[in-house]
Amino acid sequence: MASKTATKDIITLRGSAAIVSEFFEESFARVKKYGLPMLLTQDEGVKSFISNLTSQLSEWLEAGKLQRVVLVIMSKATSEVLERWNFSIETDSEVVEKGVSREKSDKEIMREIQAIMRQIASSITYLPCLDEPCIFDVLAYTDKDCTVPFTWIESDPKLIANPQMVKLHSFDTKIHKVDTLVSYKNDEWDDEA
Amino acid sequence: MNSSASSNKTKSRCPLQEQLLQRRNSRENLDRFIPNRSAMDFDYAHYMLTDGKKGKENPAVGSSPSREAYRKQLAETFNMNRTRILAFKNKPPTPVEAIPNEFASAAHQVKSAKPRRHIPQTSERTLDAPDLVDDYYLNLLDWGSSNVLSIALGHTVYLWDASEGTTSELVTVDEENGPVTSVKWAPDGRHIAVGLNNSEVQLWDSTANRLLRTLRGGHRSRVGALDWNNHILTTGGMDGQIINNDVRVRAHIVETYQGHHQEVCGLKWSASGQQLASGGNDNLLHIWDRSMASSNAPTQWLHRLEEHTAAVKALAWCPFQGNLLASGGGGGDRCIKFWNTHTGACLNSVDTGSQVCALLWNKNERELLSSHGFTQNQLTLWKYPSMVKIAELTGHTSRVLFMAQSPDGCTVASAAGDETLRFWNVFGTPEVASKPAAKTSSEPFAHLNRIR
Repeated sequence: MASKTATKDIITLRGSAAIVSEFFEESFARVKKYGLPMLLTQDEGVKSFISNLTSQLSEWLEAGKLQRVVLVIMSKATSEVLERWNFSIETDSEVVEKGVSREKSDKEIMREIQAIMRQIASSITYLPCLDEPCIFDVLAYTDKDCTVPFTWIESDPKLIANPQMVKLHSFDTKIHKVDTLVSYKNDEWDDEA
Repeated sequence: MNSSASSNKTKSRCPLQEQLLQRRNSRENLDRFIPNRSAMDFDYAHYMLTDGKKGKENPAVGSSPSREAYRKQLAETFNMNRTRILAFKNKPPTPVEAIPNEFASAAHQVKSAKPRRHIPQTSERTLDAPDLVDDYYLNLLDWGSSNVLSIALGHTVYLWDASEGTTSELVTVDEENGPVTSVKWAPDGRHIAVGLNNSEVQLWDSTANRLLRTLRGGHRSRVGALDWNNHILTTGGMDGQIINNDVRVRAHIVETYQGHHQEVCGLKWSASGQQLASGGNDNLLHIWDRSMASSNAPTQWLHRLEEHTAAVKALAWCPFQGNLLASGGGGGDRCIKFWNTHTGACLNSVDTGSQVCALLWNKNERELLSSHGFTQNQLTLWKYPSMVKIAELTGHTSRVLFMAQSPDGCTVASAAGDETLRFWNVFGTPEVASKPAAKTSSEPFAHLNRIR
């Protein structure tokens, strides 16, 4: 009896690896993008949320009305904002207004995005641990004259009080320049110092 | 293929630019994981730390709470002037196993599962309300959490128990003190505040039928608007004053809000108890922040909203979005407006064609009910946010001055200048509403469904 329970609780390296890889296979798909291996979610709900979101964002981008996109990570229990990923967008108004084009190779742009992706992946080293269930939301900062689509609502900025901020690399397509900044909740001990 | 061709072209045509780009990129790749501090927005930071203090009279620079408040305020105005902040309405899915803790997501799930509901076009029940004072600026009807309706008719306050269908008299005030100008149940559904024409407010225990205390000395004229925030009773008077009364203490006046210069006729606390909306005959709508209130000096408003062109009486805080307020204007304005009370931005304005006397949100669906005056004297049910009319309920023969919602959120009582009190099953039948409510135990009003 005792030996039976004991064998049940033992986990081998191979078994563990199988469990972990199964988790990633089921929840995420491994793809290569921007010359980097990346994990894409397989969750249908998240996928449809993101595709709805991006279609509206690209509409605003083409009209030059999008100023900022913010990804907010909140505690599920308290709705407290823990992390705020801020992507500021500067649009070359001449391109939008006059329809001229700019020259920049895809390769250059991809390399710049790659640099940001690397930084985002490495940010795990300094961001505080998220050890509770979290939810996320996306905010879009648009021009004041922009009409609100029916599927969108006005929101508060969901700011973090006294945040730590780290600016990451930026990339630009010569038409849109995107700056990345992450702000996160100060650790309590840091306040003492 | 295509990209390499174009990069070659660039190189041959404009070599200098290409080289610059190359160098910048190689540098970026060198400091791979080191944050780019040189690019941080120091101009903005400098402005936040210095210019702000010049603008503000407050000399307490060193104290961190005021600095913090200022910083927040600046950040908000900064955003308010330049941008709109939008969020996609269909929220991303939350982790699976846990209970949905946001009312919004719960309501959304409920909606998709529910079939189209029938809205009866006629009132379910009509009661006589003789001597109901036909005065737009008063608030004479309320429905308490213990399912008892209170209505002031002339000098008398009557209680109608909706579970039993029985009527009782709470009080008849003396001829020189009346008539009654406002009634409001405390959140416990047992205590009730009664505002009078002589500027006094009485607090009654409805179960013992006993007068507990009389609040005097605050207002100089009739008290037409009341609302509760826990043990704080907020009163609005014809003198334009708004007073927070702590009903537990002898010196009951704890805070005052000064901003209206004519009669205050609408008062509503937000569900969180953080923000108070007040409307007046001066066409003004104010948003006050509870945390900014102080006992020794009149409180400054958070927002003064001047878009209405007639008296603002109808106020309703949205039950599924904390910072959304609906307000309705009087006969000269006829508009329902929606506000983000965080930023003070007007989100939408709809001309209804007649005086807006009262507004109620449906607690189960994204719908708003408005009651109107001349010419139709109707109740209109709107889909939010499209503001498509779902139903128009007629029956009253004079303006529908007051509306109150049953504690289960399904039935609406309306009192009109035609001296009738009508009940409408406009927000769904109790059966339909109670089923999804039972599933989502976290819904704020779920426990109240058993009453009916």
